[in-house]
Amino acid sequence: MTGMIDRTELWIVILALGLGSFGLRFVFLGLVGDKAMPDWVLRHLRYTAVSVLPALVAPLVVWPGATEGEIDPPRLIAALVAVAVGLGTGRTLAAILCGFAALYGMFWLIG
Amino acid sequence: MSSTISKCFWRGFRDGLPFLLVVGPFSVLFGVVAAEAGLNVIEALSFSVVVIAGAAQFTAVQLLQDDAPTVIIILSALAINLRMAMYSATLTPHLGKAPLWQRAFVAYFLVDQSFALSAAKYEKERGWTTAQKIAYFFGTVTPICPMWYVLTVVGALIGNAIPPEYALDFALPITFLAMIAPMLRSLPHLAAAAVAMTASLVFSGLPLNLGLLVAGVLGMMTGARVELWTTAKQKEALA
Repeated sequence: MTGMIDRTELWIVILALGLGSFGLRFVFLGLVGDKAMPDWVLRHLRYTAVSVLPALVAPLVVWPGATEGEIDPPRLIAALVAVAVGLGTGRTLAAILCGFAALYGMFWLIG
Repeated sequence: MSSTISKCFWRGFRDGLPFLLVVGPFSVLFGVVAAEAGLNVIEALSFSVVVIAGAAQFTAVQLLQDDAPTVIIILSALAINLRMAMYSATLTPHLGKAPLWQRAFVAYFLVDQSFALSAAKYEKERGWTTAQKIAYFFGTVTPICPMWYVLTVVGALIGNAIPPEYALDFALPITFLAMIAPMLRSLPHLAAAAVAMTASLVFSGLPLNLGLLVAGVLGMMTGARVELWTTAKQKEALA
C-alpha cells in the first residue's frame, strides 16, 4: 500500500497547480493578445498531451502497484482493450467501458 | 442585439450538453481515486475547483501517492496542462478584444471541451462579434463545469465504499489510455506516444520521478520532428 499523503504538500500542490494552470490558460488570452507564437513552439505544444500521458501510464500498466510491480495479465489485457477501442472508435467513453469490461471479465475467468 | 447574444449562449449550451457523458463519469472517477488516495471530500473538491483539469489532477494524485518530490509533482502535472497554453493562443485572435475580466473567466474555464467546441464554431461563424463568441463559449461551459465539481463530490463520497476487488487502482490507467487513444490519429501523434511510453519504461529507474519528464520531452521532440518530415514528404509529393 502507499503511504499517507502529507497535508501541507497536498495543499501546496493544489494551489501551485491551480495558479500554474490558470497562468497557462491566461498567458495568451490575457497578456499576449494577437501576437503570433513561433512555429517551433506550437509544433512541440501539439504533442504534450500524447507524450506526457502515455509516459505516465506505461509503468502503471506494466508494473501495477496493486500487484507489487508484478506483470498482471488482466490489467495488461484491459489496457490493450482500452487502447484498441479508443483507436478504433475514437470514443473515450466506449474505451473506458470496454477496458473495465475486459478487466472484470479477466478477473472472472481467472477467478 | 441582446437576443442574438442569448441565442449564441444557448447554442453553446446545447452543444456542450452531450459532453456531460464523458466529463460526468470522469469526474466521479476523480472523486473515487482521490478518496482511495486518502483525500477527504473538501480536498477532492478543492482540486476540481482550483485546478479544473482532469488529467493533471489524476497525475498529481498519483504522484502524491508515489511520494514524488513536490516540485516534480507540480512540473509533471503542469506539463500535461501545457496544451492549455496552445488553446489560449488559438482563441486569442477571436476573444482578444473582450474586456480583461471576461478573458480571465474564459481562461479559468478553458478546458478540452469548451476549447474544442468554440474553436470549431469560430472557424465556421466568421461574422460573429466578440460578444457573440464570448456568449457561445460560456454557453458550452455552463452544463459541463458545474457538474465537474458536483460529481467529484459524489465520487469522493462513494469512493471509500468500493471494495478492492473492483481494482479501482486501475481506473486511472484505463481512463488515460481511453483519452489518449482517440488523439492518435496521425503518424506524429503515434510516434510521440510510442517514444514517450518506451522512454518512460527505460528511464523508470531515474530518481525523483524524473523519468516522466524526460520521456515527455522526448515524446514531444519526436512528434515535432516527425511532423516536419511528413509535411516535407507531402510537399515533395505535390511538387
